[in-house]
Amino acid sequence: MNTSPARNTKVMNRFDLTSRLVAKLKNEEAVVGGIGNTNFDLWATGQRAQNFYMLGSMGLAFPIALGVALAQPKRRVIALEGDGSLLMQLGCLSTIATLKPKNLAMVVMDNGVYQITGSQPTPAAASADLIGIALASGLTNSSWAADEEDFERLIEQSLVSDGPMLIGVRIDDKPGTGNTRRDPVQIRERFMQGLGVR
Amino acid sequence: MAAETARSWHEIVQQTLKRNEITLVPYVPDRVLTPLIKNLHADPYFNVFSTAREEEAVGIVAGAWMGGMRGAVLMQTSGFATLANVLASLVVPSQIPLVMFVSERGTLGEFNIGQSLVCRTMRPVLDSLAMEHHTCTRLDEFEFITDRSIKQAIATQAPVALILSPLLTGGSKKLDK
Ligand SMILES: Cc1ncc(C[n+]2csc(CCOP(=O)(O)OP(=O)(O)O)c2C)c(N)n1
Repeated sequence: MNTSPARNTKVMNRFDLTSRLVAKLKNEEAVVGGIGNTNFDLWATGQRAQNFYMLGSMGLAFPIALGVALAQPKRRVIALEGDGSLLMQLGCLSTIATLKPKNLAMVVMDNGVYQITGSQPTPAAASADLIGIALASGLTNSSWAADEEDFERLIEQSLVSDGPMLIGVRIDDKPGTGNTRRDPVQIRERFMQGLGVR
Repeated sequence: MAAETARSWHEIVQQTLKRNEITLVPYVPDRVLTPLIKNLHADPYFNVFSTAREEEAVGIVAGAWMGGMRGAVLMQTSGFATLANVLASLVVPSQIPLVMFVSERGTLGEFNIGQSLVCRTMRPVLDSLAMEHHTCTRLDEFEFITDRSIKQAIATQAPVALILSPLLTGGSKKLDK
C-alpha cells in the first residue's frame, strides 16, 4: 500500500494500534477520532464516554482536540487522524507548535491513500514525509513508530510528556472495523458528559 | 448615554465577550479587526491567537466548547466563505453555539470585484443552514445585539454570526487589504 519514501518503519494495522492505545488509557483521557476510518476503528474499540467521533469536517481532528486540550489542561487529549485528512489542514501543526499544549498527543494513520473514498493515492504518498512536515512546523516531538512496541512506548511517553507530541504510523490497507452511529448530537452530548462538562 | 456612545465598537466586543465568559478567541485577521485583535492580545483575560484557516479556528472553538470553555472566532467575509463545510458538517448538526464576528467586506464602497462577489455568498449560506445572523450597523444597538445573541446562542445551542458592517466599524480605509 505504502508508496511513500522508504522508511525503517513497519506497516501496522489501524484497529490493532487503536486497541493498544485505548488499553493504555486509565485516566479518562479524551480521544478524538477523525473522519472515516480513524473514528470507525475508535468506535470498534468500545464506546468510551470520552471518545468523540467526527462525522465530517475532514482535517479537523487535531484542531478539535486542541480545543479540548485548551479547555481541560489537566486532562490528556489524543487525536487520531488520517494522512489525507491531515494534509487538508497542515497549518494546524504550526498553531499547535506555537501554543505548545502540554496535554495533547496526535497520531497520524498513514496509509498513503484516501481509503474511505476508494483508496486513491494522496498527493503526499509518493513524496512527502508527514513527520518531517510536523518537525518543520515546530512540533519537535514528532516521530514515526517503528513497530507496535515502539508505538506503545511513544503513547506511554505522550501520556506524561510536557509538550505536544505527534506519532506517525504506517498502516496497511484494511478498512475500518466499526460503524459509528451517526447521531451528532448524541455523540457531542455523550462526550461532554464524559468530560464532566454536563 | 454620553458615556455609552463614547465606547467604540471594539470596546463593546471586548466587554461583551468578558461579560459572557468567552475567553478563547482564535482568528484569521482583517484590517478592520486590527484594534480589537490588538486590545484582546493586551488583555490577559483572553487566550487570543491566529490560526492558519478559519475552519481550524472553528474546530478549536468547537472542541473547547465541548470541554467547557467558551470561544468566539474573528474573521473577514472571505474567511466566512471557507466555512460552509464545517458549519454544515460539525457546528449545526452537533448543536454547537459557535459565535462568529465577521468583518464585512465587499460592500459599501468596495472596489475589488472578488471581495464583493465573495460577500454575496455569505448570507445565502447562513440562510440555507437556518443560522441566526445579524448585520450590525449602529453603535447604539451593537451591545444589545452582541450580548443578546451570545446568550441566545448558548441557551439554544445554536451558532450565530455577527456581521460587522462598515457602517459600524467605518470599514477599511484601504479597501484592498
Ligand atoms: C472537504 C472534504 N473533501 C472531501 C471529502 C470526502 N472524503 C471523506 S473521507 C476522505 C478521505 C480521508 O482520507 P484519510 O484521512 O487519509 O483517511 P482514510 O480514508 O485513508 O482512512 C475524503 C476524500 C470530505 N468529506 N470533505
